Amino acid sequence: MTGLRYNLSTVLMTACVVATPAAAQTIAITGGTVIPVAGPRITAGTVLIRDGRIVAVGSDVAIPADAILVEATGNWVTPGLIHAATQAGLGVRGLQGFGERIRSGDVTPAFNVRDGLDPHALDIAVARTGGVSTGVLGPAGSFVNGQAVVADLAGGTVGEMLIRSPAALVINLTSAAREAGGGSRAGATARLRDLFRDARTLEARRGDWTQARIQPLSAPAGELEALLPALRGELLVVFQADRDLDILNAITLAEEFSLRALIHGGVEAWKLAPRLAAAGIPVALTPNTSIPSFDGLGARLDNATLLREAGVEVIIAQNDSGGERNLRYGAGNAVRNGMSWDDAMHAVTLGPARAFGLAGEYGSLEPNKIANLVIWSGDPFEFASAAERMFIRGREVSLRTRETELMERYRPR
Amino acid sequence: MARWILTAWLPLVAVGCASAGGTGAGAAPPSPATAAPSARHSFERPQYPSTYQRRSFPDVLIRNATIMTAAGSELPGTSILLVEGRVVAIGADLAAPAGAMVIDGTGKFITPGLIDTHSHLGVYAAPGTQAESDGNELTNPVTAEVWAEHSVWPQDPQIPLAVAGGVTVMHVLPGSGNLIGGRSVTLRLLPARTVQELKFPGAPHGVKMACGENPKRVYASRGPSTRMGNMAGYRAAFIAAEAYRQRWDSWLANRRGDPPARDLRNETLAGVLRGEILVQNHCYRADEMAFMLDLAQEFGFTIRSFHHAIEAYKIGDLLAAHGTAASVWADWGGFKMEAFDEILENAGIVHAAGARAIIHTDSPDGIQRMNQDAAKAMFAAQRAGLSVSRNDALRWITANPAWALGIDEWTGTLEVGKMADVVVWSGDPFSIYSKAEKVFAEGYLVFDRLDPSRQFMTDFNLGQTAPGVGR
Repeated sequence: MTGLRYNLSTVLMTACVVATPAAAQTIAITGGTVIPVAGPRITAGTVLIRDGRIVAVGSDVAIPADAILVEATGNWVTPGLIHAATQAGLGVRGLQGFGERIRSGDVTPAFNVRDGLDPHALDIAVARTGGVSTGVLGPAGSFVNGQAVVADLAGGTVGEMLIRSPAALVINLTSAAREAGGGSRAGATARLRDLFRDARTLEARRGDWTQARIQPLSAPAGELEALLPALRGELLVVFQADRDLDILNAITLAEEFSLRALIHGGVEAWKLAPRLAAAGIPVALTPNTSIPSFDGLGARLDNATLLREAGVEVIIAQNDSGGERNLRYGAGNAVRNGMSWDDAMHAVTLGPARAFGLAGEYGSLEPNKIANLVIWSGDPFEFASAAERMFIRGREVSLRTRETELMERYRPR
Repeated sequence: MARWILTAWLPLVAVGCASAGGTGAGAAPPSPATAAPSARHSFERPQYPSTYQRRSFPDVLIRNATIMTAAGSELPGTSILLVEGRVVAIGADLAAPAGAMVIDGTGKFITPGLIDTHSHLGVYAAPGTQAESDGNELTNPVTAEVWAEHSVWPQDPQIPLAVAGGVTVMHVLPGSGNLIGGRSVTLRLLPARTVQELKFPGAPHGVKMACGENPKRVYASRGPSTRMGNMAGYRAAFIAAEAYRQRWDSWLANRRGDPPARDLRNETLAGVLRGEILVQNHCYRADEMAFMLDLAQEFGFTIRSFHHAIEAYKIGDLLAAHGTAASVWADWGGFKMEAFDEILENAGIVHAAGARAIIHTDSPDGIQRMNQDAAKAMFAAQRAGLSVSRNDALRWITANPAWALGIDEWTGTLEVGKMADVVVWSGDPFSIYSKAEKVFAEGYLVFDRLDPSRQFMTDFNLGQTAPGVGR
């Protein structure tokens, strides 16, 4: 039984199956300022899409006769934005009591949020209005929270939406983990080491475990097995950590157990920028964090800038009460706080795609990539601009929401 | 003795001056109360009066900037002169007085200082410990007797961060756990040792009331546990206050014998009934706001502003008819059932209906970027085809909040005679890339992004925090 589960999770992890439209469809988006992210911007560029994938990007792309023309002159064309820390679809907007991100217990690495994901949730459509085409949907909780998935924000079923499951193991090392550690950070990291060692022991001595010839393990076998892909370096580990000492603990654990790590939160990451750069650990952060707390007295608005200058892969994962649609404003505020525009755009597209191992198909406008793209009325980071049209896997998706209907009902004529 | 003496020293001064829509720009704000009158009774003596004093600073001439007055005009290539804490001239060609600081405003935008009608800075101070969580007196559904200012911690490190966002005045309220949560207070944002040093002279007190989910959740076991229970609770409180006011009025008419016993809860509510204390009402749903307007009518007061007012856009006409403002978020919603119907065009539709729209933050993070929230709401409204100008949107974070707090006679616009509460922006404040570069509080340079020595730190910051505003 446990062996089966183990195999199943391996299969799921390596699966990266993206359903593309069955019907052949060729679309040419012409005339806009194209931001490929992978290369310099193209004025009056064309993006050619066929069967859900990008076929060509450039200023002199031959347009097939059967192509549907989408005129984008005066507009900006970017990849769909990737939100590295969203909960859109996991609950009923943010309504308390309706969340789908928590499983009771503080060590639940086998918990995967996938089955609670609602493709019709209102906040998925709202996220799209901010140009967000793809999201990393993760669990919440206290300590070893479980598995995140990556999904495109379109589709009628979870299966259609999913890109990768699991996509990451989420572990909380903020002060919230102190309780799981029996009242201290050191207790939490000690517990984590026990879990990792026991997972390896279980793998190495499965026969002994089956015959009960092994010391009691620190978690049920099914939970420990869920740690194995991470311990083999196959599954990214997202460490939620804000304080420098928590980030340092994450770096140390990653080195000790050969984990592929990402820091989420990272309020004081700027203090460890060279270490993070050397270790190749990306940081997903909210650029507006400035308020000191005992989980981050070193909060400063130019965190992203300082990290980028040190060569860290920065991912912008704006998280505010306005919802996922505000991701682009997170990027804009990073620019306001000193980051270059190109780096900020990278941080909401190719940066997260790379960190989550999706860059072969996501994150930039390049031939053969999945055709997730947004046509904006202007600079996507500006308040004056809006997403005007959006394509996910080569299909145009609606940017209308329930909010649109309320507005139209009450707007004075 | 006049009736006003019942409430407090400050409100009484304010009532005379801060009439709604006052046009007397240039009228002197009342000076801080200093000595207690030789009064027999506690109610006749000063009640925690402001000790704020204008901080001295050289005169300032900002040359060749785009001046957004929030009074109707946006003036490119214009200069503004600040003398002794006042705006004394706005024009194309102004001369600098001797000793004045001259600022090249080329490429810069100038606005009034921003005003947040809804903040909990100081009462929910950073670093966010339980020890500093002083915003909700959750011991009774009606705690009109408490004053938010008695909870404000002037060393809250969130204050300088808000200043760096161009905010010069904020309204600090008790939380929304109670039907009537207590008195709110209008404060300046400055380095200070005491709250009294921050109290905006002449600003009337507010009273925080709250509808809907919060009180009925907090008091579910003892009541109110329903919205009808909430309504019964407000009515019972004001019925008691009416009787209290009458008792005092008859005593004050002839002052014979001992005065009635003071009751702080009723003192606040009687102040509301007299129109001396402005009602600031946390209320999300349209139908509940309509009941609150009826409640106000039943007891003969007005609601100055609804706060949060997620569904204000559904009743813009009612708000306009009652003269009640709507302080709303630009884009928060969905976090609870009563916030479910949030739309980005809320402020725009309220404005289009002829009511006063205000963008507020209720957030120590949001208060750092009020200009951005106004921009979000303005562009959303314009995209929906509503007629909202840049001046209108700027008023959502300046003149309209000043009105809602009863201080519009002195601040909220850039007009000759008004207080020199001024922000110099690095660019168009409705662009995400612009920052507040310099902030003047009644003529005093309280923040300068280009000069670290002009970026004040609270005591809490010393020796342990990063420069939060970055570079």
